[in-house]
Amino acid sequence: MKPETTDDVIDAIFDAARAGETLEIRGGGSKVLIGAPHEAAILDMTSFGAVIDYDPPELVLTAGAGTPLSTIEALLDAEGQHLAFEPFDHGPIFGQAVGAATIGGVVAAGVSGSRRLSAGGARDHLLGFEAVSGRGERFVAGAKVVKNVTGYDLPKLAAGSWGRLFAMTEVTLKVLPKGRERTTLALDGLTPKAAQAALARVLAAPTDIQAAAVLPGARSSLTAIRLEGFGPSIAARVEMVRALWSDLGAPMALSGADADALWNDLKTLAPLDDGRPLWRINTPPSGGPMVVEALAPHGARWLFDWAGGLTWLTFDGDPALVRAAAGAAGGHAVLVRADERLRAATPFLHPLPSGVARLEARIRAAFDPSGVFETGRFLDTRHAD
Amino acid sequence: MTICMPAPDQAVLARREQIVAALRAIVPGEGVISDPPSLKAYETDALTAYRQPPMVAVLPTTVEQVAAVLSWCRREGVKVVPRGAGTSLSGGSLPLADSVLLCMARFNRILAVDYENRTAVVQPGVTNLAVTRAVEAAGFYYAPDPSSQIACSIGGNVAENSGGVHCLKYGLTTNNVIGLEIVTIDGEVLRLGGGHLDPAGLDLVGLMVGSEGLLAVVTEVTVRILPKPQTARALLIGFPTVEQGGQCVADVIAAGVIPSGMEMMDRPAIAAAEAFVNVGYPLDVDALLIVELDGPGAECDHLVEAVQAIALRNGAVSCRASTNETERLSFWAGRKAAFPAMGRIAPDFYCMDGTIPRRRLPEVLTRMTALSKVHGLAVANVFHAGDGNLHPLILYDANAPGELDRAEAFGSDILRLCVEVGGVLTGEHGVGIEKRDLMPVMFTQTDLAHQQRVKCAFDPELLLNPGKVFPTLHRCAELGRTHVHGGQMRFPELPRF
Ligand SMILES: Cc1cc2nc3c(=O)[nH]c(=O)nc-3n(C[C@H](O)[C@H](O)[C@H](O)COP(=O)(O)OP(=O)(O)OC[C@H]3O[C@@H](n4cnc5c(N)ncnc54)[C@H](O)[C@@H]3O)c2cc1C
Repeated sequence: MKPETTDDVIDAIFDAARAGETLEIRGGGSKVLIGAPHEAAILDMTSFGAVIDYDPPELVLTAGAGTPLSTIEALLDAEGQHLAFEPFDHGPIFGQAVGAATIGGVVAAGVSGSRRLSAGGARDHLLGFEAVSGRGERFVAGAKVVKNVTGYDLPKLAAGSWGRLFAMTEVTLKVLPKGRERTTLALDGLTPKAAQAALARVLAAPTDIQAAAVLPGARSSLTAIRLEGFGPSIAARVEMVRALWSDLGAPMALSGADADALWNDLKTLAPLDDGRPLWRINTPPSGGPMVVEALAPHGARWLFDWAGGLTWLTFDGDPALVRAAAGAAGGHAVLVRADERLRAATPFLHPLPSGVARLEARIRAAFDPSGVFETGRFLDTRHAD
Repeated sequence: MTICMPAPDQAVLARREQIVAALRAIVPGEGVISDPPSLKAYETDALTAYRQPPMVAVLPTTVEQVAAVLSWCRREGVKVVPRGAGTSLSGGSLPLADSVLLCMARFNRILAVDYENRTAVVQPGVTNLAVTRAVEAAGFYYAPDPSSQIACSIGGNVAENSGGVHCLKYGLTTNNVIGLEIVTIDGEVLRLGGGHLDPAGLDLVGLMVGSEGLLAVVTEVTVRILPKPQTARALLIGFPTVEQGGQCVADVIAAGVIPSGMEMMDRPAIAAAEAFVNVGYPLDVDALLIVELDGPGAECDHLVEAVQAIALRNGAVSCRASTNETERLSFWAGRKAAFPAMGRIAPDFYCMDGTIPRRRLPEVLTRMTALSKVHGLAVANVFHAGDGNLHPLILYDANAPGELDRAEAFGSDILRLCVEVGGVLTGEHGVGIEKRDLMPVMFTQTDLAHQQRVKCAFDPELLLNPGKVFPTLHRCAELGRTHVHGGQMRFPELPRF
């Protein structure tokens, strides 16, 4: 089904509800291989594919939910602006081209890239939306200005809702000026714990670091930070970092293609392209090394983003080990890429404590009482109450 | 005094003695206040035109007590109004005559500071400034800084999603809170989020922030703390017209600069502030802009120059850049004293809080001047210029018959104007009771019903902070009813709630 208008979306939802069918809301399809295999009719949102309003000095952009991320990024780039949360495009992880992801899909999955450390995530940049709920009703929430507290902050629920609450037709995002210049500094040869500690040290000083990652490799193990901003600012912050790291050796400065390649690895996860299940583990930064210590002896390979707060990991052992390690480190683990058999047996989102799960189920039922969007992708019991 | 609160339940009032006794069994000693003179201290928040002492006030000290109070009230059908420090400007913590006021002031401990992960875990009664005080020796601070920061509580900040002059660069409360412990009206204690950035499921932390005490009671908050910038410098820039000031703001942002603060004052606000603090604000301008830049010294110097050049290009008639801390603070002194300054020129003032797309500023101020004539009351404007958040201060005299009503009517007209030009009713003070009845100006019944069903998922009997935010209290069962599509009731057999 490919609705052209909001009324078409309403009809599709009513028709599916009447037929007892479920609907999978789809944008660019970059995330279709995430979650349990399931049967559902596809609600293709790509007709909502145009930028509706963009006024650079207001720092606000409104676009149809099916607008390709690449369209939005190109438009912003021409004005020296960007989506500061560095939207994460899942395409490359699944061997698809970059740029198919739609803004609605990025928002619904609530996924952000390396700059989430400093700039906030998709949740922090979604200002408002228009949607059709599982009740088949069009509604709006949030607004089209950068500062608003009128009513509940439903945009926060939308970011990370994974198509389970409503079908977004339009999103309004906060946009920000791009740093005019950028530079990357990297240390080599630190252990996971030492790398995370080195990053914690510079992040505890006013170095204003935009991104911080650790990329272990066969020949080198890089602990990297990225600084963005105006030239004089970067120069001063580079000096600050060098001084703070003086006992760890002189960091190398990367720019241009070398730096791009490094940060691109955290987008494509090419270093972890080993065909094994891929996990995305969110913990406090100090939890990253704990996860690695628990799982590396069992053969896990890994990368850190967000100064250790995000661990990407491939591992073909027992999923329960990963979930236990994530939990013990104060976080949670998302199963991003796996074969059908594993996906059919393991919920891709980390199971929640029962009280929170029941509350979530009640919230989902508030938007989608008849379960039109409950496709079976999540492997949790829907009416926990 | 045009806002009506839900009528008290006489049956509940008749059981007052029994209710007080039950609460005393849960919270011993001085934690239950029931004598009328003491209750008077809780009769209002910072929206002082509205006053109503609660039936009883409870000041618990433990999560178990909070849970027991809430589940008892739920079982007995008694309303609960959560309260932090009582500085809400929208009447968010105004008690109801038949309510238990759940005052979180004694939850006043900082539980843990984790510098390695740059977080602090605090109880909700801790004041906003106390968080910064606890971490500043280590070079950190808590970024959201409402002007009320010495008094307001973190729990109140979470409930209102409070901002401050630095939120253009550093975000509102919602961007700086990553974990909560909450207690639902059923008495269930839930932990949401924690020390990590992205939630495991739905972003319930994000939903709770800004929910104005209607969804659950917050008993613990995990905030992010930031290293304090090395330096800050401010510019004080005067423009002959509001248009020029507004264009300067747009040009600064277009140049890729996000100042840590960017505040504007209009002529009446400048005059009142200068008369109050005498810090040398120019009096011959229509718009005064304070732009603050922070970061390493080299960055501040670079940006001060850049902003100066933009200001001059936009016709600034005065432009001073601070060269030391004393000077920087003096630039801010007038802005920070804007509220008390109003107190000198009028017996009372009413602070509004709409947001507009910034490009509409000149038009909005012109129309506000016209409205000022219609309502016969003066208005002065302070304005978070970077993010379009207006604070018109309406001057009135509560003792003059009819003036309060006129001030309220003027305020409503200003907020309607904000929505008309594409903005919103509130940028940081919350809806509370103040803007409750204006919600339909911004949202349709369907929009509001989608919000209210979220309320029902937490609090199906509508016992937590009733009478706030939503203009009509729909029973949850009623909200679950089937939607009529294309004139026909479709699928009446499907469950709707
Ligand atoms: C002079 C002055 C200046 C101000 N400046 C600013 C400003 O710059 N920016 C800004 O954003 N605001 C400002 N405010 C408004 C106000 O200070 C904020 O809204 C503040 O967050 C309220 O905190 P509080 O502790 O006083 O909350 P209260 O007024 O006690 O309560 C506010 C709301 O929070 C709920 N609540 C309180 N604690 C809890 C809890 N633990 N769990 C659940 N719900 C709870 C209450 O039910 C109520 O709905 C200002 C107010 C004044 C008087």
